Amino acid sequence: MTINELLFLVFAFGLIAWFVGRARAASFISSETPIINSLPNYHGWFASLWAIIPAILFLIIWINISPALVTNMVLANPEAASITADPFSRSAILSEARAVASGSNQALFQEGSEKLVPLYKAAQNYYNSIAFAATLLLIFAGSAYAYTRLKPEFRARSKVEKVVMFTLLLASLIAVLTTIGIVASLVFEAYRFVTLVSPFEFLFGTNWNPRDNIVAGEDNGYGAIPLFWGTIFIGAIIAMIVAIPFGLMSAIFLTQYSTARFRSIMKPVLEILAGVPTVVYGYFAALTVAPAVRDFAVMIGFSNAASDNAMAAGVVMGIMIIPLVASMADDSIAAVPAAMRDGSLAMGATNSETIKRVLLPAALPGVVGGILLAVSRAIGETMIVVMAAGYAANLTANPFASITTVTVQIVALLTGDQDFGSPHTLAAFALGLVLFVVTLLLNLVALRIVKKYREAYE
Amino acid sequence: MAEQNSQSDLSDNGTDTHKITARNVNVFYDDKQAINDVSIDVDMENVTAFIGPSGCGKSTFLRTINRMNDTIPSARVEGEIKLDGKDIYDASMDVVQLRARVGMVFQKPNPFPKSIYDNIAYGPNIHGLAANKAELDIIVERSLQRAGLWNEVKDRLSDSGTALSGGQQQRLCIARAIAVDPEVILMDEPCSALDPIATAKIEELIHELRGKYAIIIVTHNMQQAARVSQRTAFFHLGNLVEFGVTSDIFTNPQQTRTQDYITGRYG
Repeated sequence: MTINELLFLVFAFGLIAWFVGRARAASFISSETPIINSLPNYHGWFASLWAIIPAILFLIIWINISPALVTNMVLANPEAASITADPFSRSAILSEARAVASGSNQALFQEGSEKLVPLYKAAQNYYNSIAFAATLLLIFAGSAYAYTRLKPEFRARSKVEKVVMFTLLLASLIAVLTTIGIVASLVFEAYRFVTLVSPFEFLFGTNWNPRDNIVAGEDNGYGAIPLFWGTIFIGAIIAMIVAIPFGLMSAIFLTQYSTARFRSIMKPVLEILAGVPTVVYGYFAALTVAPAVRDFAVMIGFSNAASDNAMAAGVVMGIMIIPLVASMADDSIAAVPAAMRDGSLAMGATNSETIKRVLLPAALPGVVGGILLAVSRAIGETMIVVMAAGYAANLTANPFASITTVTVQIVALLTGDQDFGSPHTLAAFALGLVLFVVTLLLNLVALRIVKKYREAYE
Repeated sequence: MAEQNSQSDLSDNGTDTHKITARNVNVFYDDKQAINDVSIDVDMENVTAFIGPSGCGKSTFLRTINRMNDTIPSARVEGEIKLDGKDIYDASMDVVQLRARVGMVFQKPNPFPKSIYDNIAYGPNIHGLAANKAELDIIVERSLQRAGLWNEVKDRLSDSGTALSGGQQQRLCIARAIAVDPEVILMDEPCSALDPIATAKIEELIHELRGKYAIIIVTHNMQQAARVSQRTAFFHLGNLVEFGVTSDIFTNPQQTRTQDYITGRYG
């Protein structure tokens, strides 16, 4: 029996246990005991969970250990002693024989593997029957135990509640654990990178022109400063020069001047804009804004303006960020108590004086938090810069030059046929780690500021 | 109208020179009428109390006097309210100037999240009342002194206004209102969030301020109305039931509804 069949078996018995448990509980209800502690459905769930969970846990463990058990049994056979000792071809032979035995491969290529096939088949059959027997045993033991617990006063409801809690806990842990796993792999690959290339060169070098044959003590072209600068210039400077004023002003208009009706239309529209795929903005940047910016630059005297200039990418990124800034600023201005606004208006202040002198200072921490979140979003943004910003690692403050960013270089380093051990590829992981740490710090600071500010008024 | 009540103990100076005259005022929130045909006169150097059960419209009416109801989009005011004989709802009336002349203190102390000094300097700054820092210093000190707060805060003017106690915050708000030199001060249940000692201080302050301003105070507390006001208006369900000299209202009400309310039969 395969794992799938065993799983099917488990759930089939789980269903049966549910009906049996429920029927058993229903039979408790009589004229003498009209009310039992838990509804019959809960008794059904209790029995069903006891039938399923131990068997599932066993199967999870079994999936992980059975291949090793099977292989050991095959190797223990004297016929297997004749295969080569070379570890590479040995494991190739073994895995081929296993694949053929379980039916996922048809033909044999490795010499000596054909005589292992029957051995594998025998071993698999042997262990499959053990798994089948053990699963059945666990199902019956579990459900029998559950069945004996069922009584009119048995608190099946609270037991089921506990299982629900653990299921939810597990679900929430998966996202966190996955993130930790991703970070761990980033750290691991980045560590491999710094064993090849000096971290000092990587973090402080200004020459980005990565080459594959690393010579220790020489400049190998892994200086990431131009990338960091490009990321900050496009994401944190140009984009924010666009996003902060427009986002803030639209938030002020929406909270202070617009009618409730207009606001009820505009706010959802802004939030929908925040969900437009960034590749769409990328098209806009590359096809419309970049040529326009270049023509403008040439007109005002920058004859060497690039078509993949930093300005276009930064401006479009800023436009992309406007809804985010507007939405966060809107929330924090709206969170300033109405009493502040009334107090100022009652002093004879105009609407704009009230905003400038009372509302914005009071909402400032929230606004700053929102801007930091926007910056962290902008520097991690990939599509727009890949499509519009170019690949040349220039260390320049000229917004009409071609400037590259961390994310663009990660894409460039990982595109195409790459060997996963080469410094090229590993550099991408190191860049990713730097980006991750920076955005994480920005988010932490931003959320702290926002939270602190919220506490002050609630 | 209870205009004909004895006014011997009031500094009333004739019907033409009331500070505020309201005639046939109606206020609507969308289609719901909150104030029904209210006419009332308010004089300088007087404290006028608005009393009545919750939802009777006394705060709504108070907010029509400095047009704070303008900030509520659904609110609509009909009728005539004159300040020194000029209709405040006339197109020629600048609402910003009006609010500088008619200050307001709110139910909950609402100091700005700025320093004590900046809280007081806020109004003078936006209205350009001080030519330089020295003049501003004088205004701040004078306002705080009049609000009876100077001695408590003179050494920490740069501390945040929100760090003061509730009663101090409310006196700060009164000082803030005084700083722009208004003629009328509206107080919307100024003591409802304060403890009895802070309340007593505010009431004392109202007594002292009475000589310079026309004060209108909305209150739930009938003892407070009796203690601080010279004239009292009783509102019920959006109507002005009775208006007259405070001592008459409390000792000899003309209307059974007033009598029932002040004796605690409802409200």
